[in-house]
Amino acid sequence: MSSEPTIALGVAPVGFRGRIQAIAAGRVAAGMPAPELERRLIELGFVEGADVEILHQGLFGGDPIAVRVADTTIGLRRREAMAILVSVGAEP
Amino acid sequence: MSVTAPTGAPVVALVGNPNCGKTALFNALTGSRQKVANYPGVTVEKKVGPLTTPAGRTVRIVDLPGTYSLRARSPDEEVTRDIVLGRTQSDVIPDLIVCVADASNLRLALRLVLELKQVGRPVMLSLNMMDIARKRGIEIDIEKLGRELGLPVVSSVAVRRGGTDALLAEIDRRLAAAQAVTGTVWTTPDATALRRAQKEADRILASVVKGQGKPDSLTTRVDAVLLHPVAGLIVLLAILFVMFQAVFAWAEPGMDAIEALFHFLGDLVERLPLPDLLKSFLKDGLIGGVGSVIVFLPQIVILFFFILLLEDLGYMARAAFLMDRIMGGAGLHGRAFIPLLSSFACAIPGVMATRVIDDRRDRLTTILVAPLMTCSARIPVYTLIIGAFIPDRQVWGFVGLQGLVMFGLYTVGIASALAVSFVVKRIIWRGKSGEPFMLELPDYKLPQAKSLAIGLWMRATIFLKRAGTIILSMMILIWVLASFPQPPEGATEPAINYSLAARIGTAIQPLTEPLGFNWQINVALIPGMAAREVAVGSLGTIYAISGGEEATDKIAQTLSSQWSLATALAFLAWYVYAPQCAPTLAVIRRETGGWRWLWVTFFYMLTLAYGAAFLTYRIAVAFGGG
Repeated sequence: MSSEPTIALGVAPVGFRGRIQAIAAGRVAAGMPAPELERRLIELGFVEGADVEILHQGLFGGDPIAVRVADTTIGLRRREAMAILVSVGAEP
Repeated sequence: MSVTAPTGAPVVALVGNPNCGKTALFNALTGSRQKVANYPGVTVEKKVGPLTTPAGRTVRIVDLPGTYSLRARSPDEEVTRDIVLGRTQSDVIPDLIVCVADASNLRLALRLVLELKQVGRPVMLSLNMMDIARKRGIEIDIEKLGRELGLPVVSSVAVRRGGTDALLAEIDRRLAAAQAVTGTVWTTPDATALRRAQKEADRILASVVKGQGKPDSLTTRVDAVLLHPVAGLIVLLAILFVMFQAVFAWAEPGMDAIEALFHFLGDLVERLPLPDLLKSFLKDGLIGGVGSVIVFLPQIVILFFFILLLEDLGYMARAAFLMDRIMGGAGLHGRAFIPLLSSFACAIPGVMATRVIDDRRDRLTTILVAPLMTCSARIPVYTLIIGAFIPDRQVWGFVGLQGLVMFGLYTVGIASALAVSFVVKRIIWRGKSGEPFMLELPDYKLPQAKSLAIGLWMRATIFLKRAGTIILSMMILIWVLASFPQPPEGATEPAINYSLAARIGTAIQPLTEPLGFNWQINVALIPGMAAREVAVGSLGTIYAISGGEEATDKIAQTLSSQWSLATALAFLAWYVYAPQCAPTLAVIRRETGGWRWLWVTFFYMLTLAYGAAFLTYRIAVAFGGG
């Protein structure tokens, strides 16, 4: 599954569907250390293999985004969503 | 309310993700017998309630703040972690942990259960909202789930009669078995451990859930509008506008009734064969003073009704989502929206609700500006002045001018809060990037009348208790100040001019002169420190004693004849900013762990209040309002 091309969820448009390939918190300049960001993302269900879909986005700069991950909807900013690497297409 | 379980009774702790219906379950189990420590924010404080199980066992149920993990990231979640791990100083050490999970949203809950299992205390799982899960086509093999987890699992429907029977029976069985506490093996999980646990949870989930659960179609359809970038913001503004109009329109009949009741009581006292001084004390001090505050109960109940309703509906998280970018521009975190909205009711639960903000800087900024939100204690002050000075007519055919001015005052408060936080972010924190905004947007739920009623009841009793204690004692103090010393024989001026109140008011006159305040206002400001709404009662008492019979009837009429418009507007401007609330300052000290932020808050607000009142007065005078 690592051979598939991946993009960061943070740049994906509304309506995007994909599957999480990796959580790469190190590549994000978030307001917290990378290991902490990684743990928080996992606690909200962002783990490898989970299907995601971007449902909504905010008015200004398309930020934040509402992401459906498995059965849960999470609101987060695009900056943090940059740490979530996804492959295109929900079906394997 | 007065029923309490003995302190030695076994403790059952409810733990779960935010929005899992834990509070509804807690309400179903304990009803109105629950006790909320001090000031309730929604599930911010530790809540305890007694329960008698079918086997006749008396237990204490504890509702712990919602969390995704024991890895406590905020003070709020630390409460949960410490109680679950038994690290607390209090006697609340759980004999049984009930993990509450939303059956239609199990994934994150299962990971939490796996973590709770490591704690070494008896744990069981209660699948809440099974009815909703079934409707959505989710069938859960409960027996198999129990086997996979190695824990007892029951289903519950908090909102239905008998919906908690299975849970109660299992609590009995667990407590009877009296499993030994095996000692904690929980350690803070790293990313690898969390990942492993979530994958294990996903595996279990896949093996026990039959039927493809679809996203809640109602939530999807409603969100298409409510989370729409443009329509969503318009709806949010409309909701806030309706809320504040309702606070005025709906509350009126109730307020009229309460007013009539206290008027009746006053007349009753008037006819009693008592000495004049005692009559004055009862009528002007007690009945007049307390009545002028209690009259605002309907407005406070309506405001809390909206806040609780939006919270229960699941809309609050959406509001935070919509406001994140706008508030972010002002240096606030999206999560600050909920504490700030609570501050419209009262800054105390608002300041306490900032515990959901993990980052210290974001949290302090929110605490600093929370008192700028127009709290319900200002409503009495605003209502009085608006009623006295702003004509009751319609503008644009459908909006009341008085309501519009009120809305304006709220807007000024909000704008000031945003401006202050912007300055704080730029100057004190120097633009350090804050913590990320990450928030679950739960499915919409129909609010339960019972839960709403319990929440409203709690808040109403807290308000009435305040009216009966702090406010009452302040009223007595004011009456004493305004009545003594008595005027000398053959005095020509009104009695109050000889009183202590007049002397104090006159003494600080030079300070408030530039604001257009008279000494009566100065006197009212002092007891207002205890609670803002007391200022109204104080003005009532002062003018009642000074003005004689005709003035006691309508304090608003008295004010409109004695104050200039400029003074009234300056007084309103003062109250938008004034740090006049000792309980809020006390809670800031407690939540920030020191005096420093208390004084910062006090002085910055005092400066703003003075400046705003000064400007308002000068401008109004310049336009002929003096």
